[in-house]
Amino acid sequence: MSSPALESMYQEIILDHYKNPHHKGLREPFEAQVHHLNPTCGDEITLRVHLGGAPSTGWVVADVSYDSEGCSISQAAASVMTDLVIGKTVDEALALHEEFLQLMQSRGQVEPDEDVLEDAIAFAGVARYPARVKCALLAWMAWKDATAQAVGTDGGEA
Amino acid sequence: MTYDVNRVRKDFPILDREVRPGVPLVYLDNAATSQKPQQVLDAMRDYYERHNANVHRGIHTLAEEATALYEGARDKVKTFINAADRAEVVFTKNSSEALNLLSYVLPLGPGDEVVVTEMEHHSNLVPWQLAAGRTGATLKWIGLTDDGRLDLADLGRIITDRTKVVAFVHQSNLLGTVNPVDVVVARAKAVGAYTVLDCSQSVPHMGVDVQKLGVDAIAFTGHKMCGPTGIGVLWARRDLLEALPPFLGGGEMIDEVTMAGSTYAELPHKYEAGTPPIAEAVGLGAAVDYLTDLGMDTVHEHELELTTYALDALQAIDGLRIIGPTSTDERGGAISFALPGIHPHDVGQLLDEYGVAVRVGHHCARPACLRYGVPATTRASVHLYSSTDDIDALVTGLHKVKGFFAR
Repeated sequence: MSSPALESMYQEIILDHYKNPHHKGLREPFEAQVHHLNPTCGDEITLRVHLGGAPSTGWVVADVSYDSEGCSISQAAASVMTDLVIGKTVDEALALHEEFLQLMQSRGQVEPDEDVLEDAIAFAGVARYPARVKCALLAWMAWKDATAQAVGTDGGEA
Repeated sequence: MTYDVNRVRKDFPILDREVRPGVPLVYLDNAATSQKPQQVLDAMRDYYERHNANVHRGIHTLAEEATALYEGARDKVKTFINAADRAEVVFTKNSSEALNLLSYVLPLGPGDEVVVTEMEHHSNLVPWQLAAGRTGATLKWIGLTDDGRLDLADLGRIITDRTKVVAFVHQSNLLGTVNPVDVVVARAKAVGAYTVLDCSQSVPHMGVDVQKLGVDAIAFTGHKMCGPTGIGVLWARRDLLEALPPFLGGGEMIDEVTMAGSTYAELPHKYEAGTPPIAEAVGLGAAVDYLTDLGMDTVHEHELELTTYALDALQAIDGLRIIGPTSTDERGGAISFALPGIHPHDVGQLLDEYGVAVRVGHHCARPACLRYGVPATTRASVHLYSSTDDIDALVTGLHKVKGFFAR
C-alpha cells in the first residue's frame, strides 16, 4: 500500500516520538530562548537552552525545553534531538548537529552511524524528500541558534 | 449541451501521466497553478518556431507578426474581462507585480489609510505594508467571521474619510470565499477611496466583468487560468492610469528621451517597461480563447457542482473540519481543511503517495490561518478539468492517511 521510500520516512520510531515527544514543554531555568518557524509550511518551535559547566571546563547542555507545532517529522526531530544533546558538552552536541545536517543533506546517499546518531538515524529516509528536510532541521537550527546566544551571554551556572 | 469533462480532460496532456508507475496523477492543486491545454502549448511553440521577434520595433515581417500576436492577446484579455478600452489592459509578470505597481503609484501620505482584509494573499498584503512604511500611511483591515466571511459589521468604522485605498480579494485562495464586492465598493466610493480587487482566484473560475464590478483596478495572473507562468494582468480605469506616474522605467515605456528627462509612452505601454513576456502573452491569449470557447458560465457551473460534491464528501469524513464556508453559497472551489491530530504536511505527503496532489501549508495567507487557529491547512482546489473521480480519489486517500496515522 505504501512505497518502501515512504515507509522508510515514516518509521515506527519517528511516529513513536511524534505521538509521545520527549522533553517537551518550556522549563526554567534557561539562558536563551528562540522562536523559529518554517515560513513555507507554518511549523513553529519555541526553544530554550540551559547550559551548565563553565567556559574553562566547557559548557554542558543541561536542558533543552521546547514548545512546538508541526508535522510528524519536525516534532519527532525535536524529541530525538533533545534525547541526543541533553547531557553532552556543547562541543559534542555541535558535532552531532553537524553529523545530522550532513545526513539530511545527503539525499539518502549517506549511511548514518547509529552509534553516533542513535534514534536520529531514523531520519535517513527523510533526506530523500527535499521538501521535508527543513522539517527535520527546524529544531536543530533553533537549538544551535539558542546555544550560540546562551554561550554569548556567558550564561549557565558556574 | 452538457459539459463533458472527460472530453475537456483530453486537452490536458499532463492529466494522463502517472506520478510513479501505476499511480495516476490526481491534480487538486489548482489554486496554486492550473494545468495547460494543448492549445496553449501549441500557440507558444508556434510563436517561437515561426514568429519570434521583439515587439513594437523593427519593420521586418517577424517583428510585425510578433507585435500583432502580442497586441492581439491584449485584445482577447480586454474582451474576456469586458474592459472598456484596450489601453486599460497592462501586462505584468504576475498578480504580485500588478499589485506592487499599484502600491507604488497610487498617492499615499501621512494620515492616509489603506484598508485590506484579513484573508488577503500575502501578495495583496505585503505590498501595502511596504507602501505604508514608505509613505507614512496606516494599514487597517477588515476582520473575518467564524464561518469564513468578511466581518462587515464595522465596515463604516474601518473605511473612513481617511481611507485612500481599499484593496481586497475577490475569491480567497485559502477559504474559497467569494467576497461581496458591491458592499465594500459602495462604502469605499462613499469616502472617495480607490478600490483594488485581487482577482487571481476569480478570473480563472467565473465570468468577471470589470465594468460591472465597479472597482478602479484588478489584478490577475495567467498561470492560474490555463495560461503560462510569467505573465499577469493589471486592469485599471484609463483616466486613473493616465493620471498616475509610471512605475518601472526603461525601454518601451518612453515617448521622448533626452539626458535631461523623458516623456512617457501612451497607455498601456507606459506601464510596460522593457521587452515584455511575448510568448507568454501569446499563451495567455490562447488560454483566453480556450476558456471563452468553453464558456465561463459553463466552467463556473461545473466547478460549483464539483465543489458541492467535494464539500459533502469531505464533511462525511469523521473529524474533518472545513476552514471556510461549508456551502457553495458565494464560494469557489478551493477547500481548506484540517484532520484532527494529523499535520497537513503529513497529509500532503501521504496523499502524494496515492498520486493526489494538494497544497499544504499556510497558502501565503498566514494571518487568516492564525485567525482560525491553525498553523497550516490541507487544501484541495478544483478547475475546469477536475472530476468527481478526482474528489473520490482524494477522499479514499484521506481515509488511508487516517489509517496510517492510527497505527
